[in-house]
Amino acid sequence: MNRYTVAVLVRNQFGVLNRVTSMFRRRRFNISALSVSETESAEFSRITVLFDGDETGEQQLVNQLYKLPDVCSIKELKKEESFSAELVLIKLNNNPAVRDEILAAGKAFEAKTVDYSRDSIMFQLTADSRRIDDFINLMRDYEILEICRTGTISLERGAATLRKITNY
Amino acid sequence: MKLSGADIIVKTLIEQGIEVIFGYPGGQIINVYDSLYKYSGEIKHVLTAHEQGAVHAADGYARSTGRIGVVFATSGPGATNLVTGIATAYLDSVPVLAITGNVPTTQIGTDSFQEIDITGITLPITKHNYFVSRAEDVADTIREAIKLAVSGRPGPVLIDVPKDVQIAKCEYKPADKVEKCDPVPPKEIRIAEAAKIINASEKPFVYFGGGLISSGAEEELLELADKIDAPVGCSMMGVSGIPTDNPRFLGMQGMHGHFASSMAMNKADCIIALGVRFNDRVTGDRFKFATRTKIVHIDADGSELSKTVRADCGLRSDVKLTLKMLLPELKKTKHPEWNGEIADLKKREENGEDKREGLTPKNIIQTLNGFLKPSTPVATDVGQHQMWAAQYLSFSQKRRFISSGGLGTMGFGMGAAIGAYFGTGEKTVLITGDGSFGMCLNELATAVTYKVPVVILLMNNGVLGMVRQWQTLFFDKHYSNTVLGRKTDFVKLAEAFGAKGERVDSIERLSAAFERAFASDMPYLIDCAIDKDEFVLPMLPPGGSMEDIIIKADK
Repeated sequence: MNRYTVAVLVRNQFGVLNRVTSMFRRRRFNISALSVSETESAEFSRITVLFDGDETGEQQLVNQLYKLPDVCSIKELKKEESFSAELVLIKLNNNPAVRDEILAAGKAFEAKTVDYSRDSIMFQLTADSRRIDDFINLMRDYEILEICRTGTISLERGAATLRKITNY
Repeated sequence: MKLSGADIIVKTLIEQGIEVIFGYPGGQIINVYDSLYKYSGEIKHVLTAHEQGAVHAADGYARSTGRIGVVFATSGPGATNLVTGIATAYLDSVPVLAITGNVPTTQIGTDSFQEIDITGITLPITKHNYFVSRAEDVADTIREAIKLAVSGRPGPVLIDVPKDVQIAKCEYKPADKVEKCDPVPPKEIRIAEAAKIINASEKPFVYFGGGLISSGAEEELLELADKIDAPVGCSMMGVSGIPTDNPRFLGMQGMHGHFASSMAMNKADCIIALGVRFNDRVTGDRFKFATRTKIVHIDADGSELSKTVRADCGLRSDVKLTLKMLLPELKKTKHPEWNGEIADLKKREENGEDKREGLTPKNIIQTLNGFLKPSTPVATDVGQHQMWAAQYLSFSQKRRFISSGGLGTMGFGMGAAIGAYFGTGEKTVLITGDGSFGMCLNELATAVTYKVPVVILLMNNGVLGMVRQWQTLFFDKHYSNTVLGRKTDFVKLAEAFGAKGERVDSIERLSAAFERAFASDMPYLIDCAIDKDEFVLPMLPPGGSMEDIIIKADK
């Protein structure tokens, strides 16, 4: 089983995310993360999909995506040729007994303290998924109140872009 | 000129060359029906008994003509009644345009009367669907939808139009008829790869499906088979694609396919697959299917390549265009040994054939063959009768076998036969069973109203024969809920609808009944009794491989 990062440019239409995720659901593709956002153009949205599976599965995922008329362009982003990042917010109990340890750990990961109260500490960390996993695992030694993470976003290195194509 | 959204719907369909619409009116599409009233001289509307009948009719129209079929329905139950028919068209790649009314945009999302999220419901069973929120978008949406439905791998498209959009007025600018998208040719390197595999083959087998018919590549297929000296077989969706009497043609293969066709495909060292998708009814256990065989797969839909069985060479493009590029690259060869093997297989098939006399399924279908013109469309429902029809009917013209393959929709046939009549103007035949016919027989009313000259051959065994066959073979004859025991008098039923009917219990009387039925200009039902324990053979058990084929069954 491999992890694939697939970037998808879609027409910025009402319900387009539903069309994409509905296809994933009905064909039982194993999606571990998905993020969607606006792009450089109001005409398009960009979806980044993290898919776990084998090569045939990945090919099938790409082919099935191509069949959706709202999908304009698809590219598999290889790890070495792209930059990926994810953002996590993590809220911990501000226990005076371990406060210094928590702050030290945050500092070691270069996480930003974005909220601090008598009862809680909130960190923000932007990194690749692996590093975020490590940070969360470390924080499990303390009392985590809440976690929220965005899912990976990814762009190709260099001047290459997701080319616009007509798709029928 | 300023027109209402409803007028624009009808005007745009006329502009796009649509001649007939099947449908059923209702509260949220009443404005469109008012426009139909206004433009009734330019476009015909066929009122069915039920929306399901209407969508099957649009489907039968499309299958028999190759042109898009159009269906109208109102919101809520009208729209949901289309669902089975849209799914039927989707699974068999038939271009159908469904236009539904919906509640006004201000009421959308409030669960108002007869409001349903039909674009949500039909998301996985349409190529694409649209919710139109402005009258200004109506015309272009219809044009785009038609283009989408007929281009590439065809399929159904739905447009949902809220009532206020039907009422709102805007400028209508006529446009040209939309054309199919030009197919993108396959990569040259793939053509070379395919040619290399085929040229190296000693036992090639050409296998085609519905994609060959929608691409219009029959001539290229026959040229290919002649050039590489290969036998030809098809999936059920390919039936009627090439003339049945072509000496290279072994018939349908698969679960209930011809013995020689299925065996030849299994023994081949190279399968050239044209517009097929290697469905489980074709392959049996796909992990045991053609494991030592090279597969060259051509399909308009790239996602079909290596989806169920791996293709050694996959070409994503139009079948006709690809064959035209491929043919010059192929060596003209002869395979006398391979064709000798095929001749032996055909002999074995002939020896094993059902030679009984009397009212057997085979004799019934072959008697019917004597009455069919090349242009006669034959629709079927789903079950044993459908398989017998696919096995024994003779065709010489394409698009004349109209049957629900992928979804296997019982109740499809009656509506489809009506649609095929409106598409072709020909006397039409429906082969059905008492189970399937019971599902949508209300469309007899439509056939009578519009004087559709349809000959209905009802193969009546009083049971749900296909399920019964499985129960006999795999469930220790536990005939759970398959013995109908109904008291329906189908002759009286036909008469009650205003059609004609008669009952037949011998093969001699069947011929005479067909004489009368084919001479009739009204719907004519022949209630033909068959034995409840007839089997469809051969049979590849579900999930089995060619070693498991059942040729003869002990009942």
